[in-house]
Amino acid sequence: MAPAKPGDAAFANVDHVNAELFTLTYGAMVRQLLTDFEDVEEVNKQLDTMGYNIGIRLIDDFLSKANVTRCSEFRETADVIAKIGFKMFLGVTATVSNWNADFTECSLVLDDNPLVDFVELPETCQGLYYCNVLCGVIRGALEMVSMRTEVKWARDMLRGDDAYELRLKLIEHVAEEYPYKDDD
Amino acid sequence: MIGARAVKQIVNVVDRPLGKGKSEVSVNALSFLFSEIVQYNQTRVDNIAELERRLEDQGYGVGLRFLELLCHREKGNKREIRLLGILSFVHTTVWKSLFGKVADSLEKGTEHDDEYMISEKELLVNKYISVPKDMGAFNCGAYVAGIVKGVLEGAGFPARVTAHYVPMEGQSRPRTTILIKFSEEVLRREARLG
Repeated sequence: MAPAKPGDAAFANVDHVNAELFTLTYGAMVRQLLTDFEDVEEVNKQLDTMGYNIGIRLIDDFLSKANVTRCSEFRETADVIAKIGFKMFLGVTATVSNWNADFTECSLVLDDNPLVDFVELPETCQGLYYCNVLCGVIRGALEMVSMRTEVKWARDMLRGDDAYELRLKLIEHVAEEYPYKDDD
Repeated sequence: MIGARAVKQIVNVVDRPLGKGKSEVSVNALSFLFSEIVQYNQTRVDNIAELERRLEDQGYGVGLRFLELLCHREKGNKREIRLLGILSFVHTTVWKSLFGKVADSLEKGTEHDDEYMISEKELLVNKYISVPKDMGAFNCGAYVAGIVKGVLEGAGFPARVTAHYVPMEGQSRPRTTILIKFSEEVLRREARLG
């Protein structure tokens, strides 16, 4: 057998649960937000915030189990997210493409998206970025490793596009200031 | 591959092939999400009963969908019409696909004829939760109770479903019991069916 890819190893290392429970739970949450806010833009924002909250906690879990070292450049970061991050938590991988000239911006195209099974956007929710939580997760997680980023959906199949594409943009490296937060 | 997907997404959701339900995600992904759901709901309520009710409502929607999914996939579009049948469906089939195992136990209440209990030593949604003292009897199992309620009502067995902690001797953590109290009409119908 060929040596396992690092992403596969990371996924094999964690406990698993039926993806449908996850999908439907996420769906229930989105429905609840739509009822509470009655405005798609607000829901997009809320999903992003919740994702951010998840991201800042998830990064610890990721670093402790994924067996990766500090990324030396942003290109490596994108690769780790696509090949190991997505795999470890959602069991899927993404393809990194469309780099800009100075390698601060790229696209993550999801090969599969477990969040959207059984989902169809009704007429009334056309402006909704259903999976917006993912943007927040990536942004939050990267912020914890000193990278300020902007993450947005470039293509979304629920909105009629031909793929799920996240646009990932590095804004700046944030130098950690003394006193270091590690000791809190 | 992109081409195949582009076609797939135009197809109506009910016309798409139904997956086998074998794909998996990390437990942590679900736990992070669930914890965020609980925290979000906490910001929208004044008391614990309200919080539990909101979790239950969200679970309810999941339960309705799960019933449909499982009846289609596991039972050739048939659903249970007898009380014990639907209970064992919940205890076995539903639990297996939700949590990968059958529930630890299914018992009938000794005091009331309309009460049944499903118990689980370590319920998934309670695994990483420690309830602060000031929140007393709050139980995240309310979410699972909601799922059970959704499955039961969807199948025509209206019931009140609640989650409770039951301390276990010699164990540091209590187990979670899902208490099902069926509506009168269900018992009447069951008696009529003999």
